[in-house]
Amino acid sequence: MTPHGLGTAVIIAGLLAAAWCLVTTLRRRAVGIGELAAMAAVEALVVAQVAVAVWHLATGARPRELPTFIGYLVAILVILPLAGLLARLEPTRWGALIATVGCLVIPVLIVRLNQVWTGVG
Amino acid sequence: MAERVSTPSPAGSPRAARPTGRGPGRVLVAVYGLFALSASARAGVQIATKFHEAPVAYLLSALAAVIYIVATVALARSDRRLAIACCSIELLGVLTVGTVSLLDRAAFPDATVWSGYGAGYGFVPLVLPVLGLWWLRRTRRA
Repeated sequence: MTPHGLGTAVIIAGLLAAAWCLVTTLRRRAVGIGELAAMAAVEALVVAQVAVAVWHLATGARPRELPTFIGYLVAILVILPLAGLLARLEPTRWGALIATVGCLVIPVLIVRLNQVWTGVG
Repeated sequence: MAERVSTPSPAGSPRAARPTGRGPGRVLVAVYGLFALSASARAGVQIATKFHEAPVAYLLSALAAVIYIVATVALARSDRRLAIACCSIELLGVLTVGTVSLLDRAAFPDATVWSGYGAGYGFVPLVLPVLGLWWLRRTRRA
């Protein structure tokens, strides 16, 4: 994946948002507008990353396992909206924990996308 | 913004079992849903593109996926018996497949969710059924 910078930015943003949500969880609070805004910011970076990946696919670049790669692209797009929705459905610290887990999945998926693209692992 | 969390008051009969899909249970449902999604996708890709390479491993992947889906629904809908059955099968599966995959690597040429006790997924597949059974036990009585 060429723009390593963008991937790294998504990973760092995801970890920061996860840390924020974890603090909210430990303070026994529900997610508020701040956490949701942070998740939205991460999602914006994710959308940019997916757009870059789709552009690479459209211009003929092929990862080693194309179906898996596409599966991960779809997954990384829907994770944060779903986590945000569930976090709002559960307006307790447990909702904040769901948001934390959702944010943590993003860096993992970026790493997996990289691995599938380069054929490692 | 962030609101204070109140402890759930015992509504209804004190001996009634608590719903399993609320509070901490909602986190379990979310993580189970995540695994249902990823296990089904993985099994789907494996069976569609390279079934002949390791049929047993891929069928196990599909079985794991089905169990995660049923467990997610059972926990969300407070179907305790079904949830207990799913978590138990899962625990048995991850322990059996984990042990066999370490003893006889040839039997599992490609990874399933349960290979190496779920090491490829941060051992979450091993922790999840234990947490599930513990949560089902805790919510038995209000």
